[in-house]
Amino acid sequence: MFEICLPVILGGKCIPSTALFGQLLIGLINGSFYALLSLGLAVIFGMLNIINFSHGAQYMMGAFAAYLLLQFSGMNYWVALIVAPILVGVTGVLIERLLLQWLYKLDHLYGLLLTFGLALIIEGVARHYFGSAGLPYTVPESLQGGRNLGFMFLPNYRAWVIVASATVCFATWFVIERTRLGAYLRAATENPALVRAFGINVPRMITLTYGFGVALAAFAGVMAAPIYNVSPQMGSELIIVVFAVVVIGGMGSILGAILTGFGLGVVEGLTKVFFPEASNTVIFVIMAIVLLVRPAGLFGRRA
Amino acid sequence: MLDVTAPLLAIKDLQAWYGESHILHGVNFDVREGEVVTLLGRNGAGKTTTLKSIMGMVGQRSGSVRFEGRELIGSAANQIARAGIAICPEERGIFASLSVEENLLLPPVVKAGGLSLNQIFELFPNLKERLGSSQGTKLSGGEQQMLAIGRILRTGARLLLLDEPTEGLAPVIIQQIGKTIRALKEQGFTILLVEQNFRFASTVADRYYVMEHGRIIDQFANAELDANVEKLHDYLGV
Repeated sequence: MFEICLPVILGGKCIPSTALFGQLLIGLINGSFYALLSLGLAVIFGMLNIINFSHGAQYMMGAFAAYLLLQFSGMNYWVALIVAPILVGVTGVLIERLLLQWLYKLDHLYGLLLTFGLALIIEGVARHYFGSAGLPYTVPESLQGGRNLGFMFLPNYRAWVIVASATVCFATWFVIERTRLGAYLRAATENPALVRAFGINVPRMITLTYGFGVALAAFAGVMAAPIYNVSPQMGSELIIVVFAVVVIGGMGSILGAILTGFGLGVVEGLTKVFFPEASNTVIFVIMAIVLLVRPAGLFGRRA
Repeated sequence: MLDVTAPLLAIKDLQAWYGESHILHGVNFDVREGEVVTLLGRNGAGKTTTLKSIMGMVGQRSGSVRFEGRELIGSAANQIARAGIAICPEERGIFASLSVEENLLLPPVVKAGGLSLNQIFELFPNLKERLGSSQGTKLSGGEQQMLAIGRILRTGARLLLLDEPTEGLAPVIIQQIGKTIRALKEQGFTILLVEQNFRFASTVADRYYVMEHGRIIDQFANAELDANVEKLHDYLGV
C-alpha cells in the first residue's frame, strides 16, 4: 500500500493508491460505455446527418431486451449479448425506413426533435410497464468473482466490460477505416449521390448504418444491465454525458469518439479522487473549453 | 451482337427538374456504340444536367433514356450504374477521406470486361506513382482528373459520361486526356463528352450536339466542323 500525492501547485493532496486505482477502474468502465455510445452516435451522424437523441433510450431497450429475454425465455447473458442488439437494431431499421428517411433534406433540428420525441415515448412506455424502480440482472456465472491484483481488487465482470467494449470499438473502427465496406461508408458520407451513381445502394446502406448504430447502443445496454439497474431512465442519465463526449471528440469522427469516450471516463474517475466536488461537471467544463478553442472537436475535421 | 442500327444510348424528350426549376425541356439525341459524342453549349445550357439525368442523379426526370434497348427512366442511379453506364463528374468527385488507392478501387465492378489496374496505369503512369498517397484530394488537379477517369474504367461500364474533363488543366495534361480518350475509343468504349472547349473536342469527337436553354438546337459530324465554325462561335459566344 502506498500513497500518491498531487504536486503542491494543485493542492498537494495525498490519497491511497487503492482509491486511485479503484476510481481509475470505474473511470475506464464508464469510459467503455461512453465510447460505445458516442461511437454509435458518430457513425449515425456521419451517414445520416442526424443527431440521434433516442440513443439513450435504445441503450435502455438493449438492457430491457436482455432482462425480458432472460425472464420469458430463459436466454442467458451471452446469447442475449448477440440477440438483444439484433432485435433493437431491427427497431432502428424500422424507425429509419418509416420516419428518419423523410428528414434528410431538412435541417439537423428536425432529426434531433424527432429522435428526442421517440426517446420520450420509449421511456414513457417502459415506465408504464416496469415502473421506475429498476430491475435486477445478475452477473453471468462465468464472470462472477474477481481477482486481487495486489494493489486493488478487480471484479471479473468489469474487466470483461472494458475488454469487450474496446474490442467492439476497435472492430468498428477497423471496418470503417480499413475495409472496402468502410470505404463505401466514408465516400457516401462525403458525396452520397456520386457513390450511388457508381452502383451502390446508398439508401440501403444508410438504413443498415442506423440499425448498426442502434445495435451498438443496445450492446452497451446489455453490458450495463448487470452493473447498473435495468431502469427506464438509465439511458437519459447517461446520454447527456455522452453528447458532451461526442462534442469534445468531434461529431462524425470515429476514432475521436472512441478515444474521447475512454479518455473522459478516466478523467472523470481521476477527478473523483482528487476533486470529488468537480467530478460531475468536469466533462462539461472540458466541453466548454474545447468548444472555445477547437469548435470542431479534438478529432473533428473543420467543415 | 447488338443491332448495329439501334443506338447504344437513345434519349427522347428528356426533361429534368432541380426542385422547382425546370432545366431540361425535351432533349433528343442518340449515341451509337463506339462513338465519341460531344455536347457543346454555353454555361447553363443544360449539358451537365443532361449527363446527370442520364445517370439518374437529378431530383425529377421524365421522357425516355434507353441504353442497350433497355428503358432506364424509372431506374435509380445505382441500377443505372449496374446497367453499364459510368460518370466522371465535372467536380471530379475525388473523396478526401479515401486514399488514392481506395478512390481508384471504390466503384464496384458491374460487368466483365473492365480494364485491369495495369491497363489503367498504362494510360495514366502518374497514378501508379501516387498510389500510396494518403488522401485523394492531395493530388494535383490533373492527377485528380486521371484518377476520376481511371476509376470508372475498371467497372466494366461501356458507356462513359465525361463532364468537362479538361476544365482548368494545363495544355500538356489536356493533350494527355485527349490521347486517353482516343485510346479508350480504340478499345471500344462509347463516350459522351461535355465540353466548352470545342478545339479540344475536335481532337476526339465523331459528332457534336449543341445545347441551348435545355434543348438540342443543332448537330453535325466532325467532318462538318470547319463548315460550322462560324455558327459555333455564335452558339458558344466565343
